[in-house]
This record gives sequence, structure tokens and C-alpha cells, in this order.
Amino acid sequence: MSLTLQEFEERVLELARRRAEQAEVFSVETVETPVAFEANRLKQLRTHRSRGVALRVIAGGRIGLASTTLLENPEDLVRDALAAAQFGAQAGFELPSTIEASPPAVFDPAVEALSVDEMVEIGQRMIDRARAENAALLCEAHLDKVVSTVRLHNSRGAAGSYCGTSFSLSFGVNLIRGTDMLDVWEWQTSRRLDIPSDAMVETVLHKVRLAERTAKVPTAQLPVILSPKGAGSTLIESLASGFNGKIVLQGASPVGDKLGKKAFSEKLTLYDDGLLDYAAGSAPFDDEGVPTRRTALVTEGVVTAFIYDLFTAYLAGTQSTGNAERSLSSLPSPSLHTVWMAPGDASLEDMLADIQEGLLVDQVMGAWAGNILAGEFSGNVHLGYRIEKGQIVGRVKDTMIAGNVFQALGNIAAIGRELYPVGGGLRLPYIYLPALGVASKDV
Amino acid sequence: MRDQLADALKAGAGADYVEIRLQRSESTHLSYRGREIEQVGRTTGLGGAVRALVKGGWGFVSFNDLADLRASVELAVHQARLVGREETRFAPAEPVVDIVRPALGKDPRQISLADKKRLLDEYNEVIWRTSDKIQTSIIRYHDLSRRTYFANSEGSYIEQEMVDMSLVVVAVARDGSDVQQAFLSRGSAGDFSALENLHSEVEDAARRAVRLLSAKPVKGGTYTVIIDPRLAGVFIHEAFGHLSEADHVYENERLRELMQLGRRFGPPELNVFDGAAVPGLRGSYRYDDEGVPAHKTYLIREGVLVGRLHSRETAGKMGEAPTGNARAINYQFPPLVRMTNTAIENGTVPFEDMLADIQLGIYAKDAYGGETTMEMFTFSAAQAFMIRNGQIAEEVRGVNLTGNVFETLANIEAIGNDFRWNHSGGGCGKGGQSPLPVDEGSPHIRVRNVVVGGE
Repeated sequence: MSLTLQEFEERVLELARRRAEQAEVFSVETVETPVAFEANRLKQLRTHRSRGVALRVIAGGRIGLASTTLLENPEDLVRDALAAAQFGAQAGFELPSTIEASPPAVFDPAVEALSVDEMVEIGQRMIDRARAENAALLCEAHLDKVVSTVRLHNSRGAAGSYCGTSFSLSFGVNLIRGTDMLDVWEWQTSRRLDIPSDAMVETVLHKVRLAERTAKVPTAQLPVILSPKGAGSTLIESLASGFNGKIVLQGASPVGDKLGKKAFSEKLTLYDDGLLDYAAGSAPFDDEGVPTRRTALVTEGVVTAFIYDLFTAYLAGTQSTGNAERSLSSLPSPSLHTVWMAPGDASLEDMLADIQEGLLVDQVMGAWAGNILAGEFSGNVHLGYRIEKGQIVGRVKDTMIAGNVFQALGNIAAIGRELYPVGGGLRLPYIYLPALGVASKDV
Repeated sequence: MRDQLADALKAGAGADYVEIRLQRSESTHLSYRGREIEQVGRTTGLGGAVRALVKGGWGFVSFNDLADLRASVELAVHQARLVGREETRFAPAEPVVDIVRPALGKDPRQISLADKKRLLDEYNEVIWRTSDKIQTSIIRYHDLSRRTYFANSEGSYIEQEMVDMSLVVVAVARDGSDVQQAFLSRGSAGDFSALENLHSEVEDAARRAVRLLSAKPVKGGTYTVIIDPRLAGVFIHEAFGHLSEADHVYENERLRELMQLGRRFGPPELNVFDGAAVPGLRGSYRYDDEGVPAHKTYLIREGVLVGRLHSRETAGKMGEAPTGNARAINYQFPPLVRMTNTAIENGTVPFEDMLADIQLGIYAKDAYGGETTMEMFTFSAAQAFMIRNGQIAEEVRGVNLTGNVFETLANIEAIGNDFRWNHSGGGCGKGGQSPLPVDEGSPHIRVRNVVVGGE
């Protein structure tokens, strides 16, 4: 006989606390309704109802984990977690005894109330606008609404829950001329209904217009402007790894021994932020009950902090920064909330005006496949433009950019004065680097 | 179970097509960071999904609570009705009733956590004793066994079981602020022994990580490249496999024109296929997630496009036959057209002959991974050496290669005689569904005019 989720959780905690020194039950219940437009028309409506429970125990001084979506037998979950704990990592930390919630807003009733009809209307309007400008465009739009409840309680008495909303919108166009294919896309996620869908279409159309002509860049070290999106797909993965307390603890972070020291250009100030209202990465507490906060990772070029969860902080002899993140089937691990860069003073026009010959990079493909730990990246410029005498003159193709994140951010020519949301977890400016490795096809 | 599903399907009467998938799964994972174990856990799951098709529109509902089965069928049909505006063109498939048990070697469910941990401990020890330059190690093991119950409104009922395993062992070496890594990735469908006795391969990865500390970053430019079987497998997966997935093509008229069967893409020596019917690999199965029997499909024969990968919908809309390539990573997702086991067939050229006349080139080996946007694609080498005057010369690092589907396949100059399957861990990602178990295979190949990124 199935129990309700809450009954199941209570029963699991009750059983586990008798047989383990500490126990923690984490559950997520979600209703998600994606709306998909493909090839210019509505294609699919979906509803996902999911729920699951994870149990972390510390038994015999060791950590064990078990999770399930089967709410039949609480005993089984406890047995699995205890079995795992026989071989688990040695834990010397205590789970929190209370949960103090941080202030960020994470629930928007307007998202919860958003109907499928309204979502269809938004998507259709975006496609109609794009096709009105250029009937050759093949458009795709994805709208996704999520309402979820996260609950956490442990054997030391801490208990908390919150309900969060999220709304994602992505819009992309495909244009084929001869054997030339152009794909331009944008996407954003917010916990509030504040993504400007009309502006998103205009951004995509603007980029399509800029790509009308093609151009070439030579194989050389060239000045490069990374758009917020371009910066997101080349720089952030290595920074996320380098500032992760776990990687630092392993001695595998290039900046792990630079706390308090200058490691980047003084133009660079970088935050991780769990407190931004309605940001997708914000929450009142992290996934083990520690309140979220804002952490300055880099302050004017100086490394000022790394991010931790409870276990990593215990191993490193420091405090959790409220960055624990987990799926149901994995233990908490340090993870960034929202990364934002302090804006600089340059406009995109200022940056362009400074460049005789260079590259503006917007979409990068395959740069994740490399030595992320060391910050080495190399990727195809999927959408990028040749800059000539301060002007964007055409789209480049069959072109690679490569560099090292930690070295590249040591020498920044300028940082843009405006921040743009990238996906759900980033707020970045345009970044102008004086020299990056560019390789292109001969002939 | 069959009766229960048949009963629920009755709630979908009036739809053009309805299917239900229920899945019961269990998985175990162990991971290490450095000398210490990081995670040990077990996950059990039960969930299901209903997919409905009405007048060309799809509805899809996934759930964990099976009490909602009839209501989920009704909701999926309701959603499909809101979408459907045209006529359904869904390729016919013979209804199938079957119960499939996988051919298992050493079943990971029969191996204790203690024994799994002992094996990983051994691998970890191998890494740490290789060199004092070893800074740390990362090991991830994961196994999944899953039983799927599939029924559709055409009378199919299929029970199918899969067992999949993945192991990734990473060695990290450090010298001052330079951090380098090398890894071993293995996967298996149903045989734990494929992950055993890899001690010398693990040691090789640790040595490579140390060696990379003295390798120079590659200089960017255009090169003639010899690609080893492992990376060539990833190359063909990215360069052509994804473009062969008919869901990218079927509603894009211009792409359909470019992808006309009969178009020449490569030299006469080039043959490429994909197929879940090739047995014993990570992408192998008997029926896909629409209940269509697995095939082996030639994509390129003698350099010419001869086929593509289909679901019932893409096949119906293109007037071709389904190929059994509709796959969903689990019940939370609808099936998409996916690759299974994709390969370049064996050729005739010995490795030494490929090497002999290259004045300046790159020997690119082993794969970090790759990505494609259909026309352009990347594939990243985990190891690489310069080729100078017909000889393999110094090691270089950071070799990521890019190609263009309309040129790069035609630039294949030689296909080797040393075919092998990759048997890698990890998997393929598409539409948010990752990592889907697949395999790739190839002999060595030689390609001219490949752009390599570098400083």
C-alpha cells in the first residue's frame, strides 16, 4: 500500500534515527508543463508529475545514501542507506539543528497561474514576429513551467520546506542557404514571469541580420570580444571547477593556493549569489539546510573565497558557504547559485571601436570537451563575427578559438557596463580580451 | 501487468495512437575523489509515461504514482487534441508481443558492494603508485538495471530488461600551477567482467596524465590528421550520425533537399552504419521505445547517402520505413530519434601507410567528446602527437578538431584495416536526455584539411 510522500518521509526518518547517528530526509515534488513548438508550429504538450525521496545517514561514522520514487516500503530505503554506509566516506560533521531561511523570493503566483493556453500564445507570437520579418526562418520555441516543493528534515531537529516556481523560455531559428546553415538561439530561466519574450525575438533577428554576409579571420592571436553567452560557454565551467571547494581540497584547482592573492586582472570581480530575488539559482536554504548567501569569489583580481557544502567544509577545516546541491540520487556537493560579474565601464561600441581586426564570439560549440580543471578550452565559433576597423563585417565559419581561462582573465582589456542573463545561472557582461588563439581554414 | 495496461489504454479510445511505458529500476553508484571514497549509494525507482497522438499533435504525461494511470492516459489524449491540427502520418509497425531477457555476462546485481569497492580500490592504488606527480584521482562507477513494460493501442505488449554499466577513472597530475588529466572510460551492457582487469589501462592513463605536464599546447591551424579508432568513432557519431537522425530533417524542407538519398558525401571506400541489432554493445536492444524491432541501417554506402534513422513519426512523414531508433533515456521523456551503435566499416589501409607521406600533421587519439550543430561539428582528442616527416613526433595537448559535414567526409583520404568498437562509458546527449548508452566504432582514418584550435 502506498503512503503519501509526507507519511513516507516521516516513517523513514523515524526508522533511520534509531539505527544511525544522524539521518536526513530530502524530498522533491515537481509538476512541470513544457510546451514545444517545432518547425514553426505547436508540436507537443507535456505534463510531468514527479516525486522522490533521498535518505542520507551517518552510521558507524560513515555516510550512506539511498533514494527512491517507490513509496511502498520505508524499511527498504533505510536498509539500502545503511548498507551503503558500511562502505561510505568517513564523516566528522554534524547536520544543522535548525534551518534559518535566507530572504530571496523564489515563488511567483503568476507562474503558478500561467495556463497552457497563455504559454501557447507567447510561443505563437514569437514565431509570428520572426516569420513576418523573414519567412525563410524555421523557428523553434520551448516554454517550460515548473512548480516544485523541496522538503528537508533531519534527526537533529532541523526541518524546512519551500515552494519554488520557474519559467524557461528558449527561442531559436534555423536558416539554410545552399549548404550554409545558420542557427541562432537564446534562452533564459527565471523564477518569475519576467523574461521579455518580444525582446528575445528581436535579439535573435538582429543576430540573423548581422550574419547575412560571411567573412574570414586569419589563424593568429587576435583581439576577441566574448558576448555574455560566449563567455558563458567558454569561461564559466573552468571557473566553477576552480572555485569548487572539493577541487581545491584535492589540489586540482589552478587557483586553490591563491586565496588572498592576485590571480586575475584587477578589472575582474566575481560573485556567487544565492540571494538574488527570483533568480533560478536562488533558494532560502541549500540542499542540506544551510542558509544561502552571497560570496565574493574574486575581488579586483584577488581570490577571496571558494564554495563549500558541509562535508567538504569539514574536510577542509572551514565553514559551509551554503552551496550544497544534490539530485535525489547523489549526495550534496558544492555548486554555484548565480554567478555574476561586477560590470565595467565599456559599451560594446567602445570595445568594437578599439579593434582593427578581431572577432566577436557569441555561440561556441564543443569547448567543454577538454581539460576543464586546468582551464584549457578550445571550441568551434558556431556564431561569431569578424570585426574590421571597429565594424562587424560578417559571420565567420569553420573557425576555432582556444585559450586558458585563468590566463585569459589575467589580462582583460575591458568589461562591459551592462549585465545580461545567460540561461538560468549567469549574469555576465561583454568581455574584451586583447589576444586569444584563433584558427581558421586555409584557402 | 498486461491486463492493467490494456485496461488503462481503453481510456485513450478516439486518439490515433496511445502508448504506455512503465519502468522499474535499481542502480548503484560508487565514486572516489583522491584516496578516499566520496559516495556510495543505491537508487530504486518506479515510474511511467503515456504518449498520445491526435491529428499529428503529441501529448505526453509522466508520473511516479501508478494509481493515476487512467487519468494520465486521459490527460495525454486531451493535450494531444489541443495540439493536433493536421492529419496523423505515423508509419505502420506490426504489433509485437514479447518478453525479452537480456543475455547477461557477470550480472552487476549479483556482485556485492564490497567486491565492487575492492576493484575500484585496486584501480585507485594503481594511479597513486604510478608517480609522485599524481595530484589526485577521480573514479566513478554506475550500474543500472531496468525492466520496461510497454503497451500500445495497436496491441503490442513488450517486457524488456536492460543492464548497463559505466566506469570512468581519471588521473590528475600537477606540476606547479599546471594541472593535467587523463582518463579511462569503459561501459558494458550486462557484463561486469568488461570492467575488471583494467589495471594496465588505468596505469597507462596515470602515465599519460604525468606525460601531459611536459606536452606543449598544440599550435592552431589546418592539418592532415590521422584519427585513432576511438576518436574516429566519436567523429562519425558527431559528423554524420546526428545529421542522419531524421527528426532533424523531416520538417526542414531545405535540409531534406541537402539530405537526398543518393547524394555523395565521402570517398567510395567509406561505409557507415548504425544499428541496435548489432548484438552485445551498449547501444544494443531488441525493441526500441515505440516497440519497433531493432535494425542495422546503412547510412553511407561507398560514399553515398543511402539511409537514415527513424522513429515511426519521421518515417511516416518521409515515406520511409521505421528503423527502430526511437529511444527515451527513461520514462520521464518521450522517445526521440537516437543513434545506437554507429560505425565506419573496416577499410584496407595499414596504419604505417597512412603515416608515411605526411610531412606535418597530427595523430589524434582517444576522445574527450564532441558536439555538432549539423553543418559544423567538433571532436576532441584526449591524446595527440605531431607527425613530422612520416614519423610520430612530440606529444601535444588541447587538440580539439572541427569539421564541416559537406567537406570533411569528402576529405577522408584513407580508411584503416584495424576496426574496433569503443566500449566507452558515458553516452550521448540530445534534447536534455543524457547520457544515453551508445557505442561507436571505426578503424584508423586519415583526413586532410582539418582545422585544429590552438593558441
